[in-house]
Amino acid sequence: MATAKKAAEQSNLPFAYTRYSHEQLKDVLRKMYLIRRFEEGAEDSYMRGLIHGTMHLSIGQEASAMGICMPLTDEDQITSTHRGHGHSIAKGADVKKMFAEFFGKTTGYCKGRGGSMHIADVSKGNLGANGIVAGGIPIAVGAALSAKRLGNGKVVVSFFGDGANNEGAFHESLNMASIWKLPVIFVCENNGYGMSTSTARSTAVANIADRAAAYSMPGVIVDGNNFSEVAEASHAAIERARAGEGPTLIESKTYRYRGHSKSDRNRYRTKEEIEDWMTNRDPIALFETELKEFGVIDDHGIEAIREDVAREIAAGIEYAKEGPMPEISDLARFVYTEEVA
Amino acid sequence: MDVAVRELSYSQAIQEAMAIAMEADERVILMGEDIGVYGGAFQVTGDLVERFGPDRVMDTPISELGGAGVAVGAAVTGLRPIFEFQFSDFATLGMEQIVNQAAKMRFMLGGEVSVPVVMRFPAGSGTGAAAQHSQSLEAWLAHVPGLKVIQPATPHDVKGMLLAAVADPDPVMIFEHKLLYKMKGPVPEGHYTVPIGKAEVRREGRDLTIVATSIMVHKALEAAETLAGEGIDIEVIDLRTIRPIDRETVIASVKKTSRLLCVYEAVKTLGIGAEISAMIAESEAFDYLDAPIVRLGGAETPIPYNPELEKAAVPQVPGIIAAARDLAKGVR
Repeated sequence: MATAKKAAEQSNLPFAYTRYSHEQLKDVLRKMYLIRRFEEGAEDSYMRGLIHGTMHLSIGQEASAMGICMPLTDEDQITSTHRGHGHSIAKGADVKKMFAEFFGKTTGYCKGRGGSMHIADVSKGNLGANGIVAGGIPIAVGAALSAKRLGNGKVVVSFFGDGANNEGAFHESLNMASIWKLPVIFVCENNGYGMSTSTARSTAVANIADRAAAYSMPGVIVDGNNFSEVAEASHAAIERARAGEGPTLIESKTYRYRGHSKSDRNRYRTKEEIEDWMTNRDPIALFETELKEFGVIDDHGIEAIREDVAREIAAGIEYAKEGPMPEISDLARFVYTEEVA
Repeated sequence: MDVAVRELSYSQAIQEAMAIAMEADERVILMGEDIGVYGGAFQVTGDLVERFGPDRVMDTPISELGGAGVAVGAAVTGLRPIFEFQFSDFATLGMEQIVNQAAKMRFMLGGEVSVPVVMRFPAGSGTGAAAQHSQSLEAWLAHVPGLKVIQPATPHDVKGMLLAAVADPDPVMIFEHKLLYKMKGPVPEGHYTVPIGKAEVRREGRDLTIVATSIMVHKALEAAETLAGEGIDIEVIDLRTIRPIDRETVIASVKKTSRLLCVYEAVKTLGIGAEISAMIAESEAFDYLDAPIVRLGGAETPIPYNPELEKAAVPQVPGIIAAARDLAKGVR
């Protein structure tokens, strides 16, 4: 029946199903699971005292990260946020090196110096998560300036949250990107709350994408829990950027299931609200339903992916546990490129 | 081969250094407010936009935070930006990108990137620009590991140190005292560098060491000449770099003279003088001291508008002479 329906709707299939092969779509599902299980694994390791500090989980926002990153090449670059694990994995990071970083090991992406909040993978174009709200936005514009000047064809995606749209850096960056027509895509993942403050209380416009008009760039609103819709907007924005037509602001409306960070008592939203998103709008569940509906995968295939991801996560945590701790005598390494007395 | 040496002003020397860097390397770009056709608030970039075009001499909007961040992002991804803050006071607007991003990015990423950005800060008082356009904030930035902070005092040094800064893989902050811009001095033609992190003994002496920064080097030298007439022989060290500090040069000098006077324009408390004093107190030079260390710094006030008040807010030659004389004669 699914096949019949697919044939009937061939002409108006959602974007992703016309653009990507079944193998690619299955890999998207796999990566969405990888993001979720990675964060669950990190959370569990934190609860068990294997990881210290804090972390900001993006569980519930997986389709947004994957949809935006799917059209990017390994050479394209991103800047990310304190809620950046999903962006990192979506951009191609290896979860074992991410776990190793969270465990503070020298085998981690940042050799144990950055942790969750500064996770990066420069080899795949991830210039880093950022502990400062909106801190990565001007850096992305700078990377786009490099791309334009050096003529290397790269585009840059700047991920940030709804909280960042009220920072001055947001305004300054979008304005400069627009006047210089830089190949950068601003992706606001609006999960409804900047820590505890809702966008309704913090932001004077109904939609953050409305602000694009102030910078003479397209502002696009997508359902951030719908992979295909996000990917479609990302493709269009990237195409526009590569053509030299300048930046786009994409507002990806989504939701985080967990609290802001480990200190969150969830006093600013209701259980019912959280449960509604988890039950009715979960990005992975929605994507699975679609994939089955369009005959991309069946329950066995999904189960195989889940098992495969579980193995990768378990292996990643083992890898992290086994890695060496940094030498205390190396404390001052990486402050400067060349050692300074 | 002889290199021709001409008299250039401090600002001409900066402009020449930037032109040489841009000629040599396509990746070098200039960014800042009104640095294009206007030529910069202090005419430091001058006509460079005519030579290199607006894509390499980029006027930014009045966006210090975003502009600094764009320079940081461009530096990480292959360009060598030289970013001009119109006044060093405006560093306060760009602080997030300087302190949280430029200074820490290499470290946070475990050495996976370098941030070869140069930032220029016209600094200091003496122009009647009052409290928000006259500060000396270099110690703020020198407190941040990951940055290098320099204060060249002569046209020769500013050219050589700017060229060293452009070649440096890490973020270098250059504080240029605005009253130095018109000062002339010998500057060799062509490319040369003056190393970051090396102080210079400007005047040798036996009785007392003055460690000075930026414009205070010249005031200290003037004071030293006057006191030479009284038979007081002063050694003047131009610190040139405040992060990393050249410990060896300062310690060796204090061991020789046994007396130390620090002279700097920034607010006295918690400034570079405190650092130099503590460095000596912690070093083997401490045992050589014949008198308490003395600091002359800016007053604990904002810089006032009234010209007489403005002069009184920062060390001047008569004050340096008096302090050095007392210190050398053991009055203190």
